[in-house]
Amino acid sequence: MMILCVAEIRHGKLVSSIFELLTAAKAMGQPVAAAVVGGAAASAAADTLKGRGFEKVYVASHASLDGQSDEAYAHALKAIVAQAKPETVLLPASAQWRAVAPRLAVLLGTGLASDVIEATAGADKKVQVVRAAFGGNVLSKIAVKGSPAIVTVRPMSYTRTDASGSGAVENVAIAPAGWKVKTRVTGFAPEAATEVDLAAAEKVVSGGRGLGNPQGFELIRKLAQTLGAAVGASRATVDAGWIPYRHQVGLTGRTVRPRLYVACGISGQIQHLAGMSASDVIVAINTDKDCPMMKLANFAVHGDLNEIIPAIVAEVHKLRGEAPAMAGAKKAYCRASFSRNSAASAAAMPARASAVRMWRASCSARSRATPPTGRSTRSTSSST
Amino acid sequence: MHIVVCVKQTPAATQVPVDAATGKLKTEGLPYGLNPWDEYAIEEAIRIKEKLAGSTVTVLSLGPARAEEAIRAAIALGCDEGAHLVDPSFDGTDNMGSSYLLSLGIRKLNAAKPVGLVLCGKQSNDNESGSVAPALGAWLDWPSVAYVRKFASIDEKLAKIERAAEDGTDSLEVDLPAVVSVIKEINEPRLPSLKGKMNSKKAPVAKWGAAELQAEAAKVSAGGRLEIVGQTPPPPRGGGIVVPGATAQEKAAFVANKLKELKFI
Repeated sequence: MMILCVAEIRHGKLVSSIFELLTAAKAMGQPVAAAVVGGAAASAAADTLKGRGFEKVYVASHASLDGQSDEAYAHALKAIVAQAKPETVLLPASAQWRAVAPRLAVLLGTGLASDVIEATAGADKKVQVVRAAFGGNVLSKIAVKGSPAIVTVRPMSYTRTDASGSGAVENVAIAPAGWKVKTRVTGFAPEAATEVDLAAAEKVVSGGRGLGNPQGFELIRKLAQTLGAAVGASRATVDAGWIPYRHQVGLTGRTVRPRLYVACGISGQIQHLAGMSASDVIVAINTDKDCPMMKLANFAVHGDLNEIIPAIVAEVHKLRGEAPAMAGAKKAYCRASFSRNSAASAAAMPARASAVRMWRASCSARSRATPPTGRSTRSTSSST
Repeated sequence: MHIVVCVKQTPAATQVPVDAATGKLKTEGLPYGLNPWDEYAIEEAIRIKEKLAGSTVTVLSLGPARAEEAIRAAIALGCDEGAHLVDPSFDGTDNMGSSYLLSLGIRKLNAAKPVGLVLCGKQSNDNESGSVAPALGAWLDWPSVAYVRKFASIDEKLAKIERAAEDGTDSLEVDLPAVVSVIKEINEPRLPSLKGKMNSKKAPVAKWGAAELQAEAAKVSAGGRLEIVGQTPPPPRGGGIVVPGATAQEKAAFVANKLKELKFI
């Protein structure tokens, strides 16, 4: 009985998702090992992991595994599984491993549950998972019966375990020449270093059509930087070309599950809510006090985002005891304030409980997770 | 080039009621349509067909009788013909079974006219697992690349593509045949043309069941791999509050204090 957690390495760096998997695996009450697949960086990553709570760390390292080929990664991981003989394999539901896990499941002839938000050990020791489908509107509980059970875990579903220990590293012999790999990675264009990855972000600040124009995103970036958050966007702003697609949150974009989601000028169309309604705390800033996002939010701020966002930035700096903002910030505000947005009336909103209930009944697309510690809840199996 | 686009007919809704007594989805009466992600795969297939002379695009779908509508909708957009994998024994299969059946369909198509490229949408809007395209590659023993945002170039033998990752964009070369799943960023799907609509009515759509595909029952049935224990709607959110204050300043101060209280700053 053992759970194998797969570590992700991106461009030489160990991704912290492995420590989320460690939390999930430990809660299942079985011995936990780690698997590392990669090029030169794999050995260093394995050395890190053996001191961070994994009893054993299996490494399949080869120069050809430096750039990610799904075929090669699946073969390498299959070799690790053959040696480690786990009951369950947990992988991060990242772009990389979400694409490798199905190939691994086929190679092993077993079952795959992807994007789960909760994994538990059933009475028979088989893994039971919860995953969301239909834009988070249906939660499915699934028993994974194939062995080993292959499970990808959605980022941010578990907190990261910060443990220490003295595990052992075990190398796994692999022979990439025999895999006849037909994919070659030839280059990589990184995103701006200042940007926080959306899917794994603990905090997200998103902008919508209410920004008024593309420059509005400078205001969003400013708040995101202040909070250490990733930048998200509504479909309307992406379709209008204000911001690249990779920032899109929602049905045809990314699904995020941060602890804090700040929705600025986003009315909350169902497509958008599908991608973020499982966030722990939602702050909405909008001139329309009756829009769905304002009703979904834990904190609904009625007003002009061009006034409120800079004010929040200033207040946060004040609370931290910092001097308010650097040179670039002011420029951003000025530019942003060219955008329209009528000054909002400061009238208090009416009691909203019944309106909220009605809206919920009519539109769905929320899902409340249990907060930070053992975050869980949501999701289904099968096809595409 | 012979291009195959895999499509799925899915509920054209984000809200699907759950029967509290049985824990099953209530799918009766739901509107169905092409999985929105598949529209990008269809569009990309048609663009490649327009670029490479002598190309044909076959639409392949697994699903009940009504799934033929999705195949014909894809033909209306510019695909040439269809193949429909339909058999009562296919109902309730999982991602592994679906990809296995699609791989058998592709083998059949490949035997008639060698396939150079299989295109899929990133995931379906119902199950959202994104696992069928990579699994399909594995069943065929072909390479697979997921989350593709651009074909930089493609010929009969090689595709140069860009893949979106969390931290940037990978450039890859992949030998064909291959399975590629695409994201929304790759193109802007066209609307059906009149000619396409006419064609969609008369284009041939082959119907293949378990016998025609020589499908192994154990690989089709999800029973040994996954079992859905129950389905529920997500728990409701707790009610929120309207941030008090007469000015932007006061409201901002309230929010900042809350953020501090909740340890976000």
